[in-house]
Amino acid sequence: MNILIYTETREGSFKKQGFELISYAKALSGMTGGEVISLAIGEIFDEELKKAADYGASRIIALEADQLPDNRNLSKLLIQWIKQANAQVILFADNNTGKAIAPFVAAGLKAGIATGITGLPEKTDPFIVTRKIYSGKALAKIQVKSHYKILLLAANTFGIKNDPVVPVIERHNIEAEYFESPNKIISTEKQTGKILLGEAEIVVSAGRGMKSPDNWGSIEELAQILGAATACSRPVSDEGWRPHGEHVGQTGKVINPNIYFAFGISGAIQHVAGISGSKVIVAVNKDHEAPIFNVADYGIVGDVNQVLPKMIEAARKIKTE
Amino acid sequence: MKILVCISNVPDTTTKIVIGADDKNINTAGIQWIINPWDELALTRALELKDAGKISEVVVANVGTAITEATLRKSLATGADRAIRVNTEPADAWTVASNLSEVVKNEPFDIILCGIESSDHNGSSVGGLLAGMLDLNFISSVSGLDIENEKLTVQREIDGEKEILETQGPVLLVIQKGIAIVPRIPSMRGIMQARTKPLQIVEATSSESMTETVQVTLPPEKGKCKMIDAENAGEVIRLLREEAKVL
Ligand SMILES: Cc1cc2nc3c(=O)[nH]c(=O)nc-3n(C[C@H](O)[C@H](O)[C@H](O)COP(=O)(O)OP(=O)(O)OC[C@H]3O[C@@H](n4cnc5c(N)ncnc54)[C@H](O)[C@@H]3O)c2cc1C
Ligand SMILES: Nc1ncnc2c1ncn2[C@@H]1O[C@H](COP(=O)(O)O)[C@@H](O)[C@H]1O
Repeated sequence: MNILIYTETREGSFKKQGFELISYAKALSGMTGGEVISLAIGEIFDEELKKAADYGASRIIALEADQLPDNRNLSKLLIQWIKQANAQVILFADNNTGKAIAPFVAAGLKAGIATGITGLPEKTDPFIVTRKIYSGKALAKIQVKSHYKILLLAANTFGIKNDPVVPVIERHNIEAEYFESPNKIISTEKQTGKILLGEAEIVVSAGRGMKSPDNWGSIEELAQILGAATACSRPVSDEGWRPHGEHVGQTGKVINPNIYFAFGISGAIQHVAGISGSKVIVAVNKDHEAPIFNVADYGIVGDVNQVLPKMIEAARKIKTE
Repeated sequence: MKILVCISNVPDTTTKIVIGADDKNINTAGIQWIINPWDELALTRALELKDAGKISEVVVANVGTAITEATLRKSLATGADRAIRVNTEPADAWTVASNLSEVVKNEPFDIILCGIESSDHNGSSVGGLLAGMLDLNFISSVSGLDIENEKLTVQREIDGEKEILETQGPVLLVIQKGIAIVPRIPSMRGIMQARTKPLQIVEATSSESMTETVQVTLPPEKGKCKMIDAENAGEVIRLLREEAKVL
């Protein structure tokens, strides 16, 4: 079974999770046999393209474009290449793009789709994978019955593994028809350089216990020292204290970082739904009965204003050691 | 302009999950059913647009058994004009989307709204599948919608990036938070009116599925939380490096 990975690009490079997806595909190919094929659409540098081989992609395809086609055309372009590459398993990142494109592709291929998976299939004939349901409150083993199988891997759940191969690298152009769209882009506000919350290994997050948006300076400082992304609870973004993109939980982002710091967050079940995939949770709350301590690995009962400076100092020390 | 809001019926988000006797479903005894939170926000925005005179009719649809009718009635009480229920117990997102696609083929809509995911199965699939089956223009991660002279202005947000698009119907929008902030709830008058609003039941046209749940389990219990004295808060950073080995 050939495996095709849709590797997203950002500013000429692969998005970080692309390498994790390739590592996953390489491991999966050990079970299924077949070729590991990566496909990128957009702008990508030659040097960067080669990196896909470090993790096991033996065929590396780049479809060049200054701008991505709209969702529908992007999906159709993928369907065309999946068929061309004779791929049977198609792998996406379990992020906004993957969730947007994968189902449309699934409709075109008549494929079963498993989102939010966190590991390799238990077996491949029948093809059985485990995924989280009820926002992590339960796990479901599902059988993907169709010929084509579409998998969306949650970030930071498999890890990046070096497994170099000698690749074939191809660049192609995209036919003009794929850029026709009824949608006209009026404006875009881009964010450059920032660590993306969905991909971050460390996340420093805070809730209503911070009392005011003016107190976020120390949250950002700690994040900056640790190379972390910042996040928040829902009321914080609803109040406009922080941007909506930072909201984690049931109705916000679901993240799987290695470390999640929760400052002044009560740990409501809908918040925990977004962070239960974290490897280690550190909670700081002045109330020793706050439910966040039921899911945390390390807890500090105390005032955020007193605890944060001490953590910042310790983090700075460890980073300069 | 006519708008269709696809409504998923889900257990209340605070539900404690208990595995059912067959090991393939959860035990639904005593569960409080609600409108999926994103669908509720999508419906809220649809009703706001109707109040502003920009939408002529708001229709809600669900693929499900009679158990979902309370949720559809609540949508009507909140202000939707009519409801359609496709009568079947859906096996997966494919079954849901193929039955919804029949609804849309029978009755075209200018705008179709789906949520980004159902809070029960977390599939994030139905919207894109439905667009794919209908070969319909679709826009994902939608956090804002306005209409002016038949023209739609759509705001998308991904990883802190914002995009404003202009488009026209027919289009399927996959909705995330931001589309509306406070979900609208039924008024007393709405509840009275809902009793006489049409709730149409149609038989399912397809029961085909692409995936099948083999087993449902609970995740392993979390270990105990290690408490650190606030005076010594910096210690946690050391533990993250030396004990947990994640820093
Ligand atoms: C359908 C639905 C979906 C939802 N989705 C989400 C979601 O996706 N994400 C989400 O986060 N929430 C969500 N919620 C809301 C959720 O139920 C909680 O209301 C919310 O998470 C609480 O946010 P918080 O912990 O920041 O605030 P609070 O609950 O107000 O908690 C503040 C905490 O800070 C502590 N504190 C106060 N002062 C200090 C101090 N000086 N030092 C230390 N600690 C202090 C308090 O002890 C308290 O525990 C949802 C709710 C519903 C009904
Ligand atoms: N049974 C259903 N009936 C109608 N719409 C549904 C149903 N299930 C899901 N949807 C719609 O599809 C969206 C995504 O659901 P899912 O793919 O199940 O995560 C939901 O927010 C609804 O808008």
